[in-house]
Order: sequence, then structure tokens, then C-alpha cells
Amino acid sequence: MNAPLSPDSWQYRELNKRAPSLSVLSDTLIELVQAGHPIAAGTADLQHSNGLVRFARVYPDRFVQFGISEQNMVSAAAGMATVGLIPYVATFASYMGLLACEQIRMDVAYCGQPVRLIGHHTGISLGFYGTSHHATEDISTMRAIAGLAVVSPCDGAQFAQLLRHSATYRDPIYFRIGRGHDPVIYDKSETFEIGKAQVHGIGRDLTIIACGYAVHGAKAAMEALNAKGHSVGLIDMHTIKPLDEDAVLEAARTSSTILTVEEHNILGGLGSAVAEIMAENPAKARLKRHGIYDEFSLIAPPIHLYGHYKLDAAGIEEIAGALV
Amino acid sequence: MENTRLSKERIGLLEERAQFVRLETLRLISIAKVGHYSSVFSCAEIFAALYYDVMNIRRGEPGWEGRDRFLMGKGHAAVGLFPILADLGFFDRSWLDDYTRLGSPLGDHPDMRKVPGVDFSSGSIGHALSNGVGMVHGARMRGLRFDVFVMLGDGEMQEGQVWEAALNASSHGLSNLIAIIDRNGYQLDGKVDDVIAVEPLDEKWRAFGWEVHEVDGHDVVALTELLRRVKADKTRGKPCCVIARTLKGKGIDFMENEPGWHLGYLSPEDTQRARQAILAQGGQ
Repeated sequence: MNAPLSPDSWQYRELNKRAPSLSVLSDTLIELVQAGHPIAAGTADLQHSNGLVRFARVYPDRFVQFGISEQNMVSAAAGMATVGLIPYVATFASYMGLLACEQIRMDVAYCGQPVRLIGHHTGISLGFYGTSHHATEDISTMRAIAGLAVVSPCDGAQFAQLLRHSATYRDPIYFRIGRGHDPVIYDKSETFEIGKAQVHGIGRDLTIIACGYAVHGAKAAMEALNAKGHSVGLIDMHTIKPLDEDAVLEAARTSSTILTVEEHNILGGLGSAVAEIMAENPAKARLKRHGIYDEFSLIAPPIHLYGHYKLDAAGIEEIAGALV
Repeated sequence: MENTRLSKERIGLLEERAQFVRLETLRLISIAKVGHYSSVFSCAEIFAALYYDVMNIRRGEPGWEGRDRFLMGKGHAAVGLFPILADLGFFDRSWLDDYTRLGSPLGDHPDMRKVPGVDFSSGSIGHALSNGVGMVHGARMRGLRFDVFVMLGDGEMQEGQVWEAALNASSHGLSNLIAIIDRNGYQLDGKVDDVIAVEPLDEKWRAFGWEVHEVDGHDVVALTELLRRVKADKTRGKPCCVIARTLKGKGIDFMENEPGWHLGYLSPEDTQRARQAILAQGGQ
């Protein structure tokens, strides 16, 4: 018999029992099928990790178990799309965004097939599994592929809304999802749209632009610094491509400093996307990119890793505090 | 028993269409000034058998939902496919005259977004069988009844993804998936089995859960009758692999089994020699 889960474990689920963000994947896809969308789903031996097992039970005829064959899964999903389906295929982000990168480029994006690629347990969220299972390059690889949207929701409510939008979105999409137990930030009634940033405020001193799990710590850091009398804002940039350039430029024109925060290498990810826009549209703000500083991440329980890499509330507050 | 015997008229048509593929390949490559002659010459009869006999397609309707699909893992042989697609009325024949020129939809590899009748783009070797696997899964989900034919190169057997797709197809009982291996024996760096041995191919595919047939890929009668039987068989409950034994460069004596001709360009004089050789060999 298993011992009770330890708070130190990578499986520590107490962060959020109410709305684990990955569970909305199955729920929302079931809802979309019921609404008449031609949804299909598949996974590569991870139906329990991503929760698609529940979709498979409700709609076994719309589900394909691919086993451990991520490249085959992506190419097959593109084939399924040619028959008029909208396939959602899911595996760990390290395998989706890196192992199957060429299949995504050639069969999904180049062929313009409306496949939705769900790369879950991204960043360092797989903790002690180590670098093979960490994904700190997937934003970079995916956003370099022409015609592919890159979306990084920060909690379940947002993920569900963006999934609903994806059912009618024209282009293929890469969804970058955390480990599924992300803290709740949004109420279910809030609305989100692919390509439109969620602006929590623009600060005179600093605006943090974050995506995915980092939004949680960034929001807490913003609140703590504002309580100390600083003027700090936050943009939840859930869509990294197409980037909401207007939101970036508004912040760059208003704030003294822009801080990007991502659970990703600072090379090629959200920080790079923001830097590109700021470089071409000179404004007064200086820029600091925060994330993983071009190294392979360490082994540890995820909570310890977020602390080590200063991607939790305390760490982001420390980084941001030095900029105001 | 389904009627799988070919009439004399049909045999004549298929031989003539294979000859047409070879002649058009010579012509198009003379426009591009470089191309994969010998890769087409090994599979010209396979193209002819599928498009002029076996596959359920409608002339002039490349997007018909119920059509059989054709995918090619060896996308570099597309120069032999394009003349057929034009001949079937999927696009205007005049497109062929600008083959590979700036802005042409027709390149060395087939592009589904540019060329009506191309059921899936290819060029990156090893993807096509997976694309076909997805199409058959998709057809099941949507209640469509079509077959998917995927032509693979024998060098392509070295790509791991092929075997991922092969496992998926047998595991899910995808009996509407038919792979045809153009076993011409050569790849860029030499003889396939000198580069990385792929034999015994039949045993490999059988071990992966497929029904396997072997045939002379240049014998249009044997090839077409086999493909007719394979298509008609609704009882096998598993995917089917046809190993077509072929000659790289078939029909041009100085190209046959000469790996240097995988990619090449014939002088105008040699193009004429090749043309005469093709015309002399029939399809009359």
C-alpha cells in the first residue's frame, strides 16, 4: 500500500485539489464533442497523466492510443485532420516540442492541418525525472515554426477557455501546459482569447510579462511590491504567438522596466519574443529576461526547483524587487 | 471470388500509362535540368496500376471525400506522379510545362496545399505511413470507407517512424491501409543492403502483424491483379504490405542499377537515347 503523499514529493497535489488544470482537457473536449465539433483525441501512453482516459471512456471511437510513438502520433494526427477532424494529441512537452518537432513542422504546420498539440508537464514541472522530461526549449522550437500558434495557459479556467476557442481557430496550435496542479488564478467566468493578453495592470516602475506557471508567482510578487509602495503591473501573456504586441508596447511605453518571467530557457522563449518587439519599437523601458539561464535544469522535487530557479513567488519578488 | 483478371485492353492501357509516366518524367526533368529519373522509373507501373485501375477515384474531383488516398514516402518520385494528376483533370496540364520554375506549385516533392490531387505532402522520409495511419483512423471515426495506399522506398525502411506506424496499424487492425514498398535496392549512398541491411523485409512486416505479398513491380498484370485482390479482400482484418521487386532506372539500360542516377540530368542527346529506349520497350 502506498504511503500518503509527502509535500516534498513531485506528486504533491495539495497545491490545488479543486481545479487541476489538466483535468479540464478531457472535460472540455467532451463538452466540445457534445457541442458538435469534430473532435478526436490521442495520446502516447500518457492517458492517465493528461487525463484523456476520461475522454477515451466517453468517446472510445474518437480516441486513438498511440503507445510510445510521439512522432507517429503527430504525423497521424495530421492525417486525421485531412479527413475533416480536429485532433487533439497530447504527450509530455519535451517529446512534443522537441522529439516530434520535425513532424510538427512538416505534417502539421507546413500542411496547414488544424491539429492541436498538447505538450503537458512542461518546464521543470516533472522534477526529479530530470532533463529528459523537462522542457525548457519548447516555446523556442515551436514559435520558430511558421503558422503555428503557441499558447501557454496558467491555470485550468484559462486552459478550458482557450481550448474552447481552439475548436474554431484556423491555425494549428501548440498548447504548453504545466503539470496539471497549477494554482487557481482565474474564475471560470472570465473569458480569454488566443492572441489577446490578459493585462492585470501596467506599472510605472515595472511591468512583469509572464506565461504559464510563472504567472502565479509573478502575480504574488506584483501584489507584494505594490503593497510596499511600488508601481508594478502584470501581463499574463498566455499566447506567445501570435504575440499581443500592443500589450507589450503599451507596457514598454509606460513602465521603466519590463521583466519577462518564464519556466523556459531565456533564449528563444517569451523573453526573446518580447525583446524582439521592444528592439524594433524603441521605448523608454529597459528589459530583463528571467527564466532558466541557458542551463540544463537540476533534479529535485518541482517545488524545490521553482525555489532554486527563483520562479516561485519569493524568487520572482526578489528578481522584480531589484528592478524597482 | 472477385473478378481480378485484367482484360487485354486494360493491360495495354496500363503499359501505355507507365510509358507515359517515364516519357513525361524525361520531359519534366529536362525543364528542371535535374531530377530523380531512376526513382520514378522503378515505380512507373505502380503509379499506373493504382491511378488507372485499382484506386477508387473520380476524374476532375481531387477533393472527393470518398476517394482512395495515395501517399508517397519517397516523395522525390513526385515528378512521375504530377503528369498522372494532370491527366486525371486535377489541374491544368500547362502547369507541367513550368515544372520547378519560380512560383510553380510543382517541385521535387509533392505539396498538398499547392497541387490538387496530392493527398498529403511529403519529402521528409518516414512520415507517410503515419499520415496514412491517421487517415484510416479518421475514416473510421467519420464513417467513411476508403482505402489508403502508401508507397514507401526501400531505403525508407531505415527510418524508425515507419515501424512505429507499422505497429500502430496492426495493433488497431487498420485493414484499409496498404503499403507498397518500391524495392528497387538502391538509395543515395549505394545498395540499400550495403548501407543498412533491411532484409528479410517480408519476415519483418509479417512479424509486425501485416499481411505480406511479393510481386514483380514491373509486371503490370501480376502487380495490378494482386492489388485488386488486396483491395477487394474485406476479411484479412490487418494492414497489407506489398513488396514490389523493381529495378532502379527500369527501362533505360545505362541507368538500371546505377546509383549515380538517383539524382541527375541527361544531356539533350542522352534524353533522346532514353526516350528511344522507352518507346522501344512497349506500352505500344
